[in-house]
Amino acid sequence: MSAAMTAPPIRAIDAGAPMMELRGISRRFEKKLDLAGRIAKRLGAPVKEEVVHAVDGVDLTVRKGEVVGLVGESGCGKSTLGRMVAGILPPSDGTILRNGMDIRSLDAAAAREMKLRTQMIFQDPYASLNPRMRVADIVGEAPLVHGIVSRAGYDAYVDEQMRRAGLDPAFKRRYPHQFSGGQRQRIGIARALAVKPDFIVCDEAVAALDVSIQAQILNLFIKLRTELDLTYLFISHDLGVVEHISDRVVIMYLGRVVEEAPSETVFARPNHPYTKSLLDAVPRIESRKRAFSVVKGEIPSPLNPPQGCHFHPRCPHAMERCRVERPVLKEVAPGQRSACHLNDAA
Amino acid sequence: MAAPTLEVRNLRTHFFTRAGVVRAVDDVSFTVERGKVLGLVGESGSGKTVTGFSVIGLVDPPGRIVGGQILFQGRDLAKATEAEMRDLRGNRIAMIFQDPMMTLNPVLRIDTQMIETVLAHKKVSHEQARQRARDTLGMVGIPSPDERLKSYPHQFSGGMRQRVAIAIALLHEPDLIVADEPTTALDVTIQGQILAEVQKLAQTTGTSLIWITHDLSVVAGLADDIAVMYAGRVVEHGAVSDVLDRPLHPYTAGLIGSVPSRNKRGEPLRQIPGMTPSLLSLPPGCAFRSRCPRAAEACLAEPEINEILPGREVRCFRPLTETAEQAA
Repeated sequence: MSAAMTAPPIRAIDAGAPMMELRGISRRFEKKLDLAGRIAKRLGAPVKEEVVHAVDGVDLTVRKGEVVGLVGESGCGKSTLGRMVAGILPPSDGTILRNGMDIRSLDAAAAREMKLRTQMIFQDPYASLNPRMRVADIVGEAPLVHGIVSRAGYDAYVDEQMRRAGLDPAFKRRYPHQFSGGQRQRIGIARALAVKPDFIVCDEAVAALDVSIQAQILNLFIKLRTELDLTYLFISHDLGVVEHISDRVVIMYLGRVVEEAPSETVFARPNHPYTKSLLDAVPRIESRKRAFSVVKGEIPSPLNPPQGCHFHPRCPHAMERCRVERPVLKEVAPGQRSACHLNDAA
Repeated sequence: MAAPTLEVRNLRTHFFTRAGVVRAVDDVSFTVERGKVLGLVGESGSGKTVTGFSVIGLVDPPGRIVGGQILFQGRDLAKATEAEMRDLRGNRIAMIFQDPMMTLNPVLRIDTQMIETVLAHKKVSHEQARQRARDTLGMVGIPSPDERLKSYPHQFSGGMRQRVAIAIALLHEPDLIVADEPTTALDVTIQGQILAEVQKLAQTTGTSLIWITHDLSVVAGLADDIAVMYAGRVVEHGAVSDVLDRPLHPYTAGLIGSVPSRNKRGEPLRQIPGMTPSLLSLPPGCAFRSRCPRAAEACLAEPEINEILPGREVRCFRPLTETAEQAA
């Protein structure tokens, strides 16, 4: 790493080359018919296999050195998208380009090498660590298997990884249950970073933590970003957290991206009606005894999403066109893209 | 001014475990006036939920209320018999829990559960009870309540289930509702809807609320007063705008400082070092001492909660009273 790389710019919107490019990514989950259903279908009954479009035609680019925040409510497909980016779930359609290369076109050794460079940090620090493994093995197993560290250097390497994540290496013989939630999340971080990735997918990585511990872990993410020159895809439902850590924010609703823009633009000048209502609904510590603004209705089931624009049944500005035509993501201001028909009317 | 709905004085609830006595709630005092909302804020293990459970009389062994008074409309609930508590619970005092999937019976229809609650405390006909259940469901914003009464809990979404739980709490128009993190598991837009409903209720019916949460931002918009708990004690108590704008206790200030929106984007958050101490082995003196930036020799002694400014109580030897120090 050259000296110039030691202090990357805080915001690098157009600075880096695309590190992760998603093109028309979709993911469907199908529930196969049971025997009774299959017989009924044979006999001509109108039964269909249930298909959930968890992610529906998403394009997304993450550049080197960027932190991209992915926001949405439950069931919007943000975690499914994160798992596809991390390579632990294959997409149904579309291509994922890592540093300009499609992993599926590489040979086995190169693909493994490439996959190792993307790591994931999970939400639940209780469920994502093997309770029967010691911390040293949780952190050190992968680098040993992948030949990043030799047997001889193993102990020193594990110590270094633990120290970097803010854990005392003296605890490396302990099991996960002997740690608090915040410390466990640090173990998860140490495990992810031990294989020297340059791209990290954080799926609700601070959601399960107390406020004061959440701040500590967020600070660790910010510190590691500059130290190790990392790129993050930061998935969260918490807009306050995303606003703080991200350079660019992507907002999803029912499997589709509805808006994408630099952080300060999204929070200052949101374009999509869903983004606006989401921002209005977020409780702020500055607010006092106020009337909570209300978005009408519930999030529709992804099993049976509304036609046209997914948001139209809850949208205060819905028009006839929104009920039939799916809006495409279009640039509405420099760097800001939004999928809403209202932008054509203006 | 009328007597407050609830007055808790020096409440102590301890758990007698094999590993030792856990002082989950230790000398907690607060009052809730009629139609007001008290936000009870703290991190996990601070004793906020046990405080709520003590008020409604749901502390199970090995836990026990060992001291203090819980004056509900002048009556001491800490000394009430189980029969008296049964009479009050669900009737004059109601509770809303965090997880509506755990509080609703999954094998009974909503109407069965609601009518049972009505009939438990009122001598009315089955039909009148159904009527009441339907009206209450409508009140909390459930569309077509007549059909929804016939549904089972699993047929509702999370937000709707929480509305049903709130409707059950409201059946008898209680004077006090204890809400334990009722919106934590919900999405923000749904949380906004629930908070709007609750706010409307407190204003129109005069019901008092204790809103237990770890989220300062929710309390900021909803509550009138706030009590911040740490390691089983109230460390700061006062009006919401006073406490959140000019915190006196270093812990409150630290909590507010670690909220991301209060910090400059991309820069490290102001964090509280360390973690919450185990209630089993609390160090002598101020429990926050080891994490406190202002800790001094004096903090080795036990701090008392004192009203150091009008309407502002704080449990600290070195509160942030000078304005210059708070600006940070």
